[in-house]
Amino acid sequence: MDRIPILRMGEFLLVTIQVDMHDQLALALQDDLSERISRTSARGVLLDISALDIVDSFIGRMISTISGLSKIMDAETVVVGMQPAVAITLVELGLTMPGVLTALDVERGMNLLRERVQTQ
Amino acid sequence: MTAASSGSHPVRTEQDVVLARQQVRKLAVSSGLRLVDQTKLVTAASELARNTVIYGGGGDMDWEVVEEGIRKGVRLVFRDEGPGIPDMKLAMTDGWTSGGGLGLGLTGARRLVDEFSLESAPGNGTRVTICKWS
Ligand SMILES: Nc1ncnc2c1ncn2[C@@H]1O[C@H](COP(=O)(O)OP(=O)(O)O)[C@@H](O)[C@H]1O
Ligand SMILES: [Mg+2]
Repeated sequence: MDRIPILRMGEFLLVTIQVDMHDQLALALQDDLSERISRTSARGVLLDISALDIVDSFIGRMISTISGLSKIMDAETVVVGMQPAVAITLVELGLTMPGVLTALDVERGMNLLRERVQTQ
Repeated sequence: MTAASSGSHPVRTEQDVVLARQQVRKLAVSSGLRLVDQTKLVTAASELARNTVIYGGGGDMDWEVVEEGIRKGVRLVFRDEGPGIPDMKLAMTDGWTSGGGLGLGLTGARRLVDEFSLESAPGNGTRVTICKWS
């Protein structure tokens, strides 16, 4: 089965979702990420979803789960690059992602992660 | 209202859900829906296609590009011959799921489109029809 690659950037992990994910792929990413956070003691995860042209309730839940998982493992997750049309649709779908940090792009996301990790 | 073109797509596997999304995106673009409306329609289709696979045991998506005067739209029917929905009122409640979902698929899909209808009877499968206009 194919997997979504996880790149290491210093103390952070970068995940760029570039495919229209089927559900198993999303679940595999959850597992892979928690394993990588524990193995590398990463302090933060940048989840770049700028290539996703929809986020439905399944993918939305995956994002929330990843965010929650990383917190338990003493790491922060920042979701970056959500397309405006996707954000509007999520609100109407009724999906709120409480506690999930977001930023407009990777650079801002990286800055946010650094701030969060420093203040801890 | 007339149908300019129509077709059918299997919805039996997770991969079919991905392909159905891509098909609906193409239909939405060709019907002149603006980006936000394309996104809403594809998201609704994704929710309903997943339900067809998970709860309906697989089925089909019928699609139609429809025209009424100067406006165009996309109509989709998700149908299966699965167990059906015993309590439709409950199923149409935000946050209710019989599985492990978020319970936002049916209610969310209804909010995202212009027309929504749900027909189901225990033992007789489920049929959800949605339409989004340009
Ligand atoms: N095609 C279907 N066949 C049988 N039951 C269905 C079907 N679609 C939806 N349901 C029922 O309606 C419930 C709500 O669906 P939905 O709003 O998509 O939430 P979720 O998928 O998160 O459970 C499902 O949990 C299921 O019990
Ligand atoms: Mg659902």
